[in-house]
Amino acid sequence: MLAYLIFALTIGGIYALLALSLNLIWGGIGLVNLGLVGFFALGAYASALLTGAGLPVLFGWGGAIVVGAIAGLVVTLATTRLRDDYLAIVTLGLAEVIRLVALNERWLTNGSDGISGIQAPMKSALGNQGFNLFYLALVSVIVLVVWLALRRLDRSPYGRAMKAIREDQELAGFAGKNVLGFKVQAFAVSAALAGLAGALYAHFQSYISPDHFQPLITIYIFLAVAAGGVGRPAGGVLGAYVVVFFLELTRFLPDLVPWLAPAQFAACREILVGLSLILVLRFRPQGLLPEQIVPAPKS
Amino acid sequence: MTILLQALLNGVMNGALIAVPAIGFTAIFAVLRYPNFAIAAYATIGAFAAWWVNVHFGAGILPALLIAFAVAGCVGVSAEETALKPLRGAGALTVAIGSIALNTVLENVVRLFFGNDLRGYDLPLVPDWRFMGLRVGPQQLQSLFFAVVIMGAVFAFLRYTRFGKAMRAVADNPDLARLKGIEPAHIAVMTIFLGAGLAGIGGVLIGLDASIDPMLGFRVLLTVFAAAVLGGLGSIPGAVAGALAIGIAEECALLVVPATYRSAVGFAAILLVLTVRPRGFFGERAN
Repeated sequence: MLAYLIFALTIGGIYALLALSLNLIWGGIGLVNLGLVGFFALGAYASALLTGAGLPVLFGWGGAIVVGAIAGLVVTLATTRLRDDYLAIVTLGLAEVIRLVALNERWLTNGSDGISGIQAPMKSALGNQGFNLFYLALVSVIVLVVWLALRRLDRSPYGRAMKAIREDQELAGFAGKNVLGFKVQAFAVSAALAGLAGALYAHFQSYISPDHFQPLITIYIFLAVAAGGVGRPAGGVLGAYVVVFFLELTRFLPDLVPWLAPAQFAACREILVGLSLILVLRFRPQGLLPEQIVPAPKS
Repeated sequence: MTILLQALLNGVMNGALIAVPAIGFTAIFAVLRYPNFAIAAYATIGAFAAWWVNVHFGAGILPALLIAFAVAGCVGVSAEETALKPLRGAGALTVAIGSIALNTVLENVVRLFFGNDLRGYDLPLVPDWRFMGLRVGPQQLQSLFFAVVIMGAVFAFLRYTRFGKAMRAVADNPDLARLKGIEPAHIAVMTIFLGAGLAGIGGVLIGLDASIDPMLGFRVLLTVFAAAVLGGLGSIPGAVAGALAIGIAEECALLVVPATYRSAVGFAAILLVLTVRPRGFFGERAN
């Protein structure tokens, strides 16, 4: 039971990083990334391949961050000049292409069989139980650091400029803010964070395959951010743990509803997830932890 | 040469099938100003509704298409009115996110009742026709015929009926349309019915080619988007031209890349268009 709790909390931390990534652009600057899972997968594969080639784990994570950021730049530079609904469509497409590449380029990704035996840092020294605890602590510390950094960003002049762009980009541009620059930077940082989350996931699971990166994960993260509170980093983190708690809870439910086939049960779960997202957007758009707008210091 | 001609032929036929849901998507965008991702679920629902009447009541293709149109249209209107309409006040982005959640819900409702198995329509198998070294299936030709007839009907509807004209007026300038006494709320309902219904028909036409399962709509979603973006979001003739271009591009690309990359062609086309000519073939200025 304890081992299971540790597992769930680690996954919760990884989802929290994804939620922070999404919140940075959705809550921060008013863009959405419907292909979040694609960047997540990109980071996972990048780190798995780099460490598989013999590099230390930290290099793998760095590589995941860089690859994520580059992918983010490519997508935004093609589309940020345009309306944001184009960006939504393009990110969805990018995730699909990443999935196709992971599935078909066997020489690189081993196709649908996936990559196994991904290095688990310190596992040989710590043993199974020790490794899981160590990794939970590591992921939690990273979440904490990223959360603090993003909260700091939120309250800085940079964060205020981002929110000004979210509210009215023409006005922000008129006030002398480099709207395109802010968007590209925010999206690249957000994509890099998703890449890091992917790397953490890969080294935790030791095994990744295209099946691990279903489009549903993107919906989970949207639910996490919406339920937690769009525009407030703490909200996304809280939302991510809540969503993981809910998802893990439903694992124990099939015993209670034995008349449902496993596929039907899974369908019910996804219906609940989708329904919750719609209900949150409608009845509690500010989420559990509403956004705080800190007034700018008087100068 | 024959290979290229065959690819061209297949491309036109696939493109015509994609054009039907692409018109639905772009029409909804033109009037309601948000990208409706639930179009995927509407296509799936149409395909399953048609399959149901086809297999259980022996309905032919034409009645099955009408059922698909009606069922997908009604589901679309009820879903829009209950789930998405209340989100409109929060902006297009929120509605778009809501439509993705809605798509998840509807797709999984289909999965709940029908499972993940592949199903085929109960239709006689007919061997392909051959002429001049080209192959074409009578089934495909029939689907092409229906697609063309449906597109003709849509164009006639938009051009000659009161509702069609009102729809174009609202798409063009909602405030001016309101001044002229057109009720935008009615037009929105009409448009969703038409858009979701067309997606439903598209689902059947695509399913007739192979088989149907709950992911049918989601698999073609990217291609439908690509067609609409290529033609210019909100432009109905654009969606048709975009769909044909995507269909042909996909088939030609498959001559050099593996078939599994089919949907990547749509993505490449979107990126290319956005970089070179953001408004698409016939779109309004995108800025």
